[in-house]
Amino acid sequence: MKVTLRVWRQTGPDGPGRLVSYEAEVPSTDMSFLELLDTVNEGLIAKGEDAIAFDHDCREGICGMCSQVIDGQPHGPDKAAATCQLHMRRFKDGDVITAEPFRAKAFPVVKDLVVDRSALDRVMTCGGFVSVNTGAAVDANAVLVPKDDAEKAMDAAACIGCGACVAACPNAAAMLFVGAKVSQFALLPQGAPERVRRVLSMRKAMDKEGFGHCSNEAECEAVCPKEVKISNIARLNREFIRALAVSDG
Amino acid sequence: MKLESKTPDGPVEKKWDKARFELKLVNPANKRKFEVIVVGTGLAGASAGASLAELGYQVKVFCIQDSPRRAHSIAAQGGINAAKNYPNDGDSIWRLFYDTVKGGDFRAREANVYRLAQVSNAIIDHCVAQGVPFARDYGGTLDNRSFGGAQVSRTFYARGQTGQQLLLGAYASLMRQVGLGSVKMFSRREMMDVVLVDGAARGIVVRNLVTGAFESYAAHAVLLCTGGYSNAFFLSTNANSCNVGAAWSAYKRGAAFANPCFTQIHPTCIPVSGEHQSKLTLMSESLRNDGRVWVPKSSGDRRSPDLIPEEERDYYLERIYPSFGNLVPRDVASRAAKRIIDEGRGVGKTGLAVYLDFADAFKRRGVGAIKEEYGNLFDMYHHLTDEDPYQAPMRIYPAVHYTMGGLWVDYNLMTTIPGLFCLGEANFSDHGGNRLGASALMQGLADGYFVIPYTLGGYFAASKLPKADPGQQAFKEAESGAAGRVKKLLSIKGKRTPVSFHKELGSLMWDNCGMSRNAKGLSEALARIPKIREEFWRNIMVTGSGSEFNQTLERAHRVADYLEFAELLVRDAFERRESCGGHFREEHQTPDNEAKRDDANFCHVSVWEHQGPDRDPVLHKEPLKFEHAHLAQRSYA
Ligand SMILES: Cc1cc2nc3c(=O)[nH]c(=O)nc-3n(C[C@H](O)[C@H](O)[C@H](O)COP(=O)(O)OP(=O)(O)OC[C@H]3O[C@@H](n4cnc5c(N)ncnc54)[C@H](O)[C@@H]3O)c2cc1C
Ligand code: SF4
Ligand code: FES
Repeated sequence: MKVTLRVWRQTGPDGPGRLVSYEAEVPSTDMSFLELLDTVNEGLIAKGEDAIAFDHDCREGICGMCSQVIDGQPHGPDKAAATCQLHMRRFKDGDVITAEPFRAKAFPVVKDLVVDRSALDRVMTCGGFVSVNTGAAVDANAVLVPKDDAEKAMDAAACIGCGACVAACPNAAAMLFVGAKVSQFALLPQGAPERVRRVLSMRKAMDKEGFGHCSNEAECEAVCPKEVKISNIARLNREFIRALAVSDG
Repeated sequence: MKLESKTPDGPVEKKWDKARFELKLVNPANKRKFEVIVVGTGLAGASAGASLAELGYQVKVFCIQDSPRRAHSIAAQGGINAAKNYPNDGDSIWRLFYDTVKGGDFRAREANVYRLAQVSNAIIDHCVAQGVPFARDYGGTLDNRSFGGAQVSRTFYARGQTGQQLLLGAYASLMRQVGLGSVKMFSRREMMDVVLVDGAARGIVVRNLVTGAFESYAAHAVLLCTGGYSNAFFLSTNANSCNVGAAWSAYKRGAAFANPCFTQIHPTCIPVSGEHQSKLTLMSESLRNDGRVWVPKSSGDRRSPDLIPEEERDYYLERIYPSFGNLVPRDVASRAAKRIIDEGRGVGKTGLAVYLDFADAFKRRGVGAIKEEYGNLFDMYHHLTDEDPYQAPMRIYPAVHYTMGGLWVDYNLMTTIPGLFCLGEANFSDHGGNRLGASALMQGLADGYFVIPYTLGGYFAASKLPKADPGQQAFKEAESGAAGRVKKLLSIKGKRTPVSFHKELGSLMWDNCGMSRNAKGLSEALARIPKIREEFWRNIMVTGSGSEFNQTLERAHRVADYLEFAELLVRDAFERRESCGGHFREEHQTPDNEAKRDDANFCHVSVWEHQGPDRDPVLHKEPLKFEHAHLAQRSYA
């Protein structure tokens, strides 16, 4: 089968960007969308042209590196899948497929489909952890955690930090990402000592990086490759209000 | 070159205590005067970076990805071992030690393995304290499962995302230190060279992958935590950016490389579907706890699996290895699959696969229980193959997965270059000829959390290290060397892409130096690799420029390293004229096709020393002594 790719090309953060069309032969529908981009790139390089830049690494939906808006949807049309998990069997002969970078004020374009998501790391430096030094821990079974809490914490911790939630949100909010981290620790006894400090500090960092605020659009939940639930945002808000109530600030 | 393992003497269970007592300490107030470079943010690098910063050292951390959280460790699925013995099923530090030495087919250093088993429990304690959401039982205690090759349940897990959760724990600790100002994080940087001043490692040169600029950084010691080299085979379960470049540049600067031929082929991966394939996907081996491996009894049986009656199926692992069954170690399971497929009994479109069937487990435990434990793996399989594993058995095939070989290190994790340490998969130390499942995560975190914080201090306290800075001649030379290579890659303007060379090398390696090896195939490979390399440097096409984000250039640089390194790997495989662990030489097998070790001649670590570009490397041997785990033929029958 054959498809037409319309790919966002942009030389650098300040360079002009535009969609460029490429006709692509799809030798096998078992191939992934990124493998199709590989094939297109092989052709471009052989002709001496610049390959399409796109982020990817694990190619199995876990590292969070891949980050494209495909046909208007962050990570493309499949539910619960990252860009790298999109397969060509999803498309049919003659389809036109558009690939653009994640767009958000906090994610400047590096080149073509590659963006800079370091803002998410900076938010993590402001409380996305438990302050425990190596060597200071008690026996792992000394603190019991109800199975149900551990499972819910794991649901939240499954976040791969891809930023699709930000790209999908009309407010470019990172609240699903932050909510997932705050929830993981709010659900576990290990997170309790820093419960107040964490949520205040991460919220502040989020604002400082230029991420917006949730207005219940739920676009984030719809595109999240790990199906992190919007209830984590509700928990983030509850934790925030609670923190305001119990803290002096 | 003199190889001093610096293993303390005395009984194996006292060695680590003795070493910790004998290693000198750095005064707390002096720690902040020492700068440390950590290259890599996988389990090894992130845990080391965080722990060293907690102690007060000034740490600079580098990684290739846009965020330290994306290191390849993130992809580990199945679990992490520890000798907690929570299930009360007979485990102990001694048993974990023994199993690891035996599983590694007696080619690892006993003292290192014992230490690994010893610190394993503290790793679990620490990770739980970090908020890692391990699987738990209803009473709130931690759950364990048994994992390939072990007869006790000592594996801790977080669904099928254990690597992710452990890495995010270490990453969180690292980010905390970034926030506190004791770690400076440099993402999207690729280390090009290590810089030596007065014979000691004092810094690195990196390429900034966004701007293309070469940058130099100085420190009092350099830690390489740069992962394994499975991608020498092109197709592997490793992430795309995994490379040998950092370790290889250290090798060319004088760090010895140990056992490069010890590579692991994992039995349970999703089979190759076609030419376009860019990587292979692992199905965690934990699946073998509940899945049963089988093929049709007669060759050429192309019926769909549900039409093949029970009595016409060959559950060959259970048949050949009755006491371990589907849980035999990886190398044994992979080779068994290859033998079966060579007999023409493979399944699926290509015939290059065997079934992994859960039908019995669904009956025994219920679909719900299986879903809870492996749900994400089943989904992943479904996504990739478009086949529903709840309806039909999975198809699996072996793939290159892990590399036991790596930079040679002494007991303190220091390479043969003073001040250059190597941690995690990048070193050779603990797994011998074959790594057991769930032991790589344990080793990476042992190295980073519990070994290097002690041994690095010992090195600092015992060395005189005058200030080094990036203005020094040695840094300038390394920078211009790296720049020269990039310039050359860009100037050739040939006809072939970096990926085409990578594929050519990979298929040669898989055919001639993969699951089974022989002298003829290895000699052929030794003759062909230099030819591919020669064509590469004549006919490579790298588009774009060196002063921008350029993934074609990144790939070309990594392939150039693999084209040099692969020759060492094959040479090592050629020289090791025995079969052991993942290294199977067809000339050396038992009558029932199992690996046949030659302890009289090969009970050593093969340690290679670089001699310059046009000369053959020199082979040194570190003899291995087994005082506690007695040399025995591995038997899983
Ligand atoms: C699919 C899969 C599943 C696995 N499952 C398990 C499991 O269940 N249990 C288990 O114990 N083990 C498992 N393993 C093995 C285990 O994940 C790895 O061995 C381990 O995570 C390696 O950790 P590391 O810290 O040594 O290196 P990595 O995690 O590979 O990290 C390497 C780091 O070095 C950086 N780097 C590399 N080169 C350079 C350079 N030149 N310049 C700058 N930075 C560089 C990278 O950016 C990265 O940050 C699995 C492996 C795979 C592939
Ligand atoms: S919450 Fe989901 S979409 Fe957002 S960063 Fe995490 S995994 Fe990506
Ligand atoms: S490439 Fe890793 S999640 Fe897509």
